[in-house]
Amino acid sequence: MTVHKKARGAAVLLAAALTLSACGGSSGDTSGDQGGKGPKQFSVALNEPDHLTPGNTSSSYSITVLQALFDTLVVIDAKGQTQMRAAESVTSQDQQTWTIKIKPGQKFHNGEAVTAESFADAWNAAAYGPNAWTNNYYFANIEGYDKLNPEAEGAKPETDKLSGLKVVDPNTLEVHLTAPFSQFPITLAYTGFAPMPKAAFTDLKAYDQKPIGNGPFALDGEWSHNQQIKLKKFDGYAGSRPAKSDAVLFKIYASRDTAYTDLRANKVDLLQTIPPASAGEAKKLLGDRFVPTASGTMDYLGFPTFDKRFQSADLRKAISMAIDRQGIVQAVYNGTFKPMASLVAPLVPGYRDNPCGEACAYDPAKAKALYDKSGGIKGTLNLYFSNADPSYEQWMQAVANQLKQNLGIADVQFKKIPAADYLSTLREKKEDGPYRNNWVMDYPSPQNYLESMWGAGNRMGWENKQFNDLIAKANAAPSMEASIPLYQQAEDVALAEMPMIPLWNWQDQAGFSNKITGVAIDPYSPNLDTITVK
Amino acid sequence: MRYAVHRLLQAIPVFVATTFLIYAMVWSLPGDPIVALAGDKPLPENVLQALRDHYHLNDPLIVQYGLYMAGVFLHGDLGETFTGQPVSELLTDRWAITAQLAVTAWIFELVVGIGLGVFAALRRGRLADTAVLAGTTFVIAVPVFVVGYTAQIVLGLNLGLFPTAGTDEGWPTSYLLPGMVLGSFGLAYVARLTRASVVENLRADYVRTAVAKGMRRSRVIGRHTLRNSLIPVVTYLGVDFGNLMAGAVVTEGIFNLPGIGQQVFQSIQLQEGPVVVGVTTLLVMIFIVANLLVDLLYGVLDPRIRRG
Repeated sequence: MTVHKKARGAAVLLAAALTLSACGGSSGDTSGDQGGKGPKQFSVALNEPDHLTPGNTSSSYSITVLQALFDTLVVIDAKGQTQMRAAESVTSQDQQTWTIKIKPGQKFHNGEAVTAESFADAWNAAAYGPNAWTNNYYFANIEGYDKLNPEAEGAKPETDKLSGLKVVDPNTLEVHLTAPFSQFPITLAYTGFAPMPKAAFTDLKAYDQKPIGNGPFALDGEWSHNQQIKLKKFDGYAGSRPAKSDAVLFKIYASRDTAYTDLRANKVDLLQTIPPASAGEAKKLLGDRFVPTASGTMDYLGFPTFDKRFQSADLRKAISMAIDRQGIVQAVYNGTFKPMASLVAPLVPGYRDNPCGEACAYDPAKAKALYDKSGGIKGTLNLYFSNADPSYEQWMQAVANQLKQNLGIADVQFKKIPAADYLSTLREKKEDGPYRNNWVMDYPSPQNYLESMWGAGNRMGWENKQFNDLIAKANAAPSMEASIPLYQQAEDVALAEMPMIPLWNWQDQAGFSNKITGVAIDPYSPNLDTITVK
Repeated sequence: MRYAVHRLLQAIPVFVATTFLIYAMVWSLPGDPIVALAGDKPLPENVLQALRDHYHLNDPLIVQYGLYMAGVFLHGDLGETFTGQPVSELLTDRWAITAQLAVTAWIFELVVGIGLGVFAALRRGRLADTAVLAGTTFVIAVPVFVVGYTAQIVLGLNLGLFPTAGTDEGWPTSYLLPGMVLGSFGLAYVARLTRASVVENLRADYVRTAVAKGMRRSRVIGRHTLRNSLIPVVTYLGVDFGNLMAGAVVTEGIFNLPGIGQQVFQSIQLQEGPVVVGVTTLLVMIFIVANLLVDLLYGVLDPRIRRG
């Protein structure tokens, strides 16, 4: 913490003391806020989560709550390194059979012990097809997944347990994967892999409203939909990150603009998503209480390489070189997003600054030459994006103008698809032109980007044996360190062929009130346990 | 009484037609709500299938509608959202908030609107009248979100006169500012309607007679002129109460009031048929009841209607 900040804190205290003595005769407490002896509570702005069962949500709002309620086996620290949390160790000889040792003595909020079975139960439930939980596919590489998710329509699985999960003893869980996967430990940091107590399975519906976790905070009362979620410090917590305040109040907002207004009015203490349009103002207003955080989210422009017109790599590169990423980011996102010349986000281990090189540098003259050499595009160029956010159309318009000016493509049209229909359009390969592709990182591994988007069965219809072999080799590498160079080689292959152009990397802007200190937001977690209330 | 029963019976076909239309419209929206629910991550086919079966999305429209209506009337079950929350529970949570907001806005419209209207009418052609005219024209012209955000930033944040957002401080404090924003549009109409109607009636023979008889001015205006002038205003206020309940989408969003409007907006985006139909059904009923009350009130204001 800087000296500057301390001095400011002192000034605030002094001012408060003066105010108090000035109106000493009156009743004193005016706001019902935490003056003096009340519980040390702070509030966090949130959007309404969809679910609070760890296996059944991938919403970032739910995850913010779950990260306070649950201790996952491992976590990723601010530097992107994997650290043990509920686990003592996660090890493997062959990258296919993994042994997870769980720290003894940990408890759920209802007093139940956290054991290997707590994890096995939770994972089985998430992988069980008929439960229809969102995180189902995260368990697809564990042996026995097929049995829980039969292909035939309406077929009922014959078992509800993954054969690849073996509870060896209360503190040891053995996991058998279908193929070697060196990145397995990182994936365990995802809240979808959090444990669940036995008590959850008597009534899963009730559990979703009042989840019982093993983290430093426990739910206080029920989830009050669209209004608030209250957490209180869990006194029986035996883990590595006890809460430094007594309670957290999640205030649910429908609009982040309103949440930002409330932050300015000191009605909410922490907001993780200051709207990009307000970034400049927030920086001035909040000073060092404005915290930009790197994000793993990336935007790309994908090509339907199954379409004849887009099968030339030179053509795809020419389009990439004709796009002024910096200019668009300035104009549309207030300069908060970062232009990218890499397929993975900067916070991912193994990220390189500019593996793309010339093909991602804005150069209209070279772009035009390459475009002409490739033969160009005949007919209309349709650009696809969804109507989920107005900024998509803004940057697509900029892209269209640049392609018209720099490459001389005369006829560029927009295909603005309703958000509900967008992904199925791409999945069914109905698009006949470049499309907006977005990726929200699940865990910081190049594998999460490369295999998910360029691997087998990808949306572009791009197939490259060399790429697939390199990914398989990296997945089977003896360690995380050994896997990185192989992923990088795979990335080079994908960049040389350029079936999808990297555009820019998102950034989040958080802000907090002067009532709290110790804010340690990182790209992986808001770390609410570290926050103290003044 | 017979009149009231008659009006209620008329409501039944209206009710069936509106709910079916709404259901059909939500159903015909493009896209697969279940796929959209999953976002960027793919859901395995069997999971999609299980979800579609649960929400009867594979059945034809008429079967879905039938199942839904059977649920409503046989079990009092309004269905559930895609996140598994029962619609009835959701509505009870949100209903009170929207009702409080609408009532606040409505009272504001009624008191200030009629007040301004009478005030302007009595000063017809003078500066005050022109000012009311200009002010109301301005309010009608400016979109509600501009009024909302401006009021929130200036009156709430900068001046600190009202809470900026949320329902923390309860009724009426938390609802004053959003109520004023929501009611501002209707207020402008009420003021202009009242003004026009009062101006017209002030020229009427019976008013001249009353004045000629030497009746006190307050009685001429308050009892004779106003009572006759309010018929069009009451009609508007009655219909507008339904509008306020339905039209709070933007205001609820700006001021973070988790009411019905916000819910309908979210549910339309998610294509949650049951929620949209459930809410609309209730809104239809409110419109019907509000109109019924207006008709009954006519009788009170003008005995000729009662007898006719």
